[in-house]
Amino acid sequence: MSYRPSELRRQREAARHQASRRSTLIATVSTVAIGALLVFVVTGAPGFDRVRESFFNFHYAKTALPHVLSGLWLNLRVMFIAEIFVLIFGLLIALARTSRSPLLYPVRLLAAAYTDFFRGLPLLLVLFLVGFGIPGLQISWIPNSAVVLGTVSLILTYSAYVAEVIRAGIEAVNPAQRMAARALGLTQSQTQRRVVLPQALRKVTPPLLNDLVSLQKDSGLISVLGAIDAIRAAGIETAQSFNFTPYLVAGGLFVLLTIPLTRFTDWLTRKQDRARVQQGQW
Amino acid sequence: MTSSLLEIKDLRKSYGDELVLQDVSLSLSEHQVKVVIGASGSGKSTLLRCVNLLEAVDDGQILLAGEDITSVGVNADQVRAQIGSVFQAFNLFPHLTVIQNIILAPVLVHGVSKEEAKVQALKLLERFDLIDKAGQYPDLLSGGQQQRVAILRAVINKPKVLLLDEVTSALDPILIAEVLALISELKADGMTMMIATHEMGFAKQVADEVLFLHQGQICEVGRPEDVLVSPQTHHLADFLGSLRRAGRL
Repeated sequence: MSYRPSELRRQREAARHQASRRSTLIATVSTVAIGALLVFVVTGAPGFDRVRESFFNFHYAKTALPHVLSGLWLNLRVMFIAEIFVLIFGLLIALARTSRSPLLYPVRLLAAAYTDFFRGLPLLLVLFLVGFGIPGLQISWIPNSAVVLGTVSLILTYSAYVAEVIRAGIEAVNPAQRMAARALGLTQSQTQRRVVLPQALRKVTPPLLNDLVSLQKDSGLISVLGAIDAIRAAGIETAQSFNFTPYLVAGGLFVLLTIPLTRFTDWLTRKQDRARVQQGQW
Repeated sequence: MTSSLLEIKDLRKSYGDELVLQDVSLSLSEHQVKVVIGASGSGKSTLLRCVNLLEAVDDGQILLAGEDITSVGVNADQVRAQIGSVFQAFNLFPHLTVIQNIILAPVLVHGVSKEEAKVQALKLLERFDLIDKAGQYPDLLSGGQQQRVAILRAVINKPKVLLLDEVTSALDPILIAEVLALISELKADGMTMMIATHEMGFAKQVADEVLFLHQGQICEVGRPEDVLVSPQTHHLADFLGSLRRAGRL
């Protein structure tokens, strides 16, 4: 016999349909209202015309763009190099902190001190200390380029963050997994490498990518050491024209640069959440 | 001396002030299947965990093929490599496929080449009707399938003794049956096993000897048809009675 929806089902569906139409309507009205309010407050402000002239000037945006873009190329290289080293060092520090070998006790102690120190110290201070302090030592074989020392500062700070994220992942792996691996005869380090770490890294990929997004953005801070990156290039343009539009151009480019990574992070998080729901972990 | 494969002498284990195992002595000969029964908290799991050195014993000795595995300086990894362990919660590695789970220890611990390990694993999977799951990740398998894979993961290493710790407790009756069928086949193969279980029907079926633990002590030992039918102590009588009332005997 073919299925015929009951009256009850039709009523339910009609009610659901109506509820969803109502939600859409409310969302639209509220978006328009808030948007209008924002436009009114900003454009209605007494100094709006002057702000628009000095921050959103198309002419200055166009002349600054090539300089800012060539500065951004430096940011891109710095980000790339820093991300690679940060992931390597972060992993090593996390492994050191979670190891139980008595031989590594001093390393463990050092790693803990390192992460505590660099997570607490503002990046700007690290940049000053490394960028101006190290050249001051006048050791001949240490490069004193602002770019190199700026990148080193980023690596120092972000390795501490990433190490903590990875460590959290390692500690979040069910202890029964470790036990099962040891019961099979795997050694401590085989267990860590083949069983614990792969699961840990999967768990922490979203927060890890989040830190990388933050690192990308903070690569602009190396400009304080004098490296001609996108921010510095924008600053030079601004100094010539007394117009702040170049900064906005640089800012826009940074946002564009991070959007793919943030979208990817969101997508990955959602995917993992779905998998977890299917496994009934929630 | 008889061919005693596993011998436990006066084992004693406590967690803090709580004495979990007390003067436990037993001997398991080759191809023998010993089933350990007892209420939750009677020390069944702890006994098994002491044998594969996941717990350190306080006093007494455990001899595996004549070698004292509880003596100081024993390489625990090498001992565990000779003992198969399967747990209540399966504990398959979720990031590895079924076949990768099975060949992990052969390749890493026993020096078998990856190709050879795969051949062996596929043979086992084929025999136990799991061949179509070889490339799948554990979350996609039913509980019974996961537990059977976990047992094969232990069996492929040709352990001297297989320890099964309440391997059916997390499963529904139909899945329990398929896991028990596998264990019966292993018995037919001559596998030496020590099994902690709540499944009395199964205990009757596979046990050469049943051992009743009560508050960390061996209370009764004997053939299943004796121990499970005519208990000598009131502890065992009470235990069997409560199982009967719960419809599990």
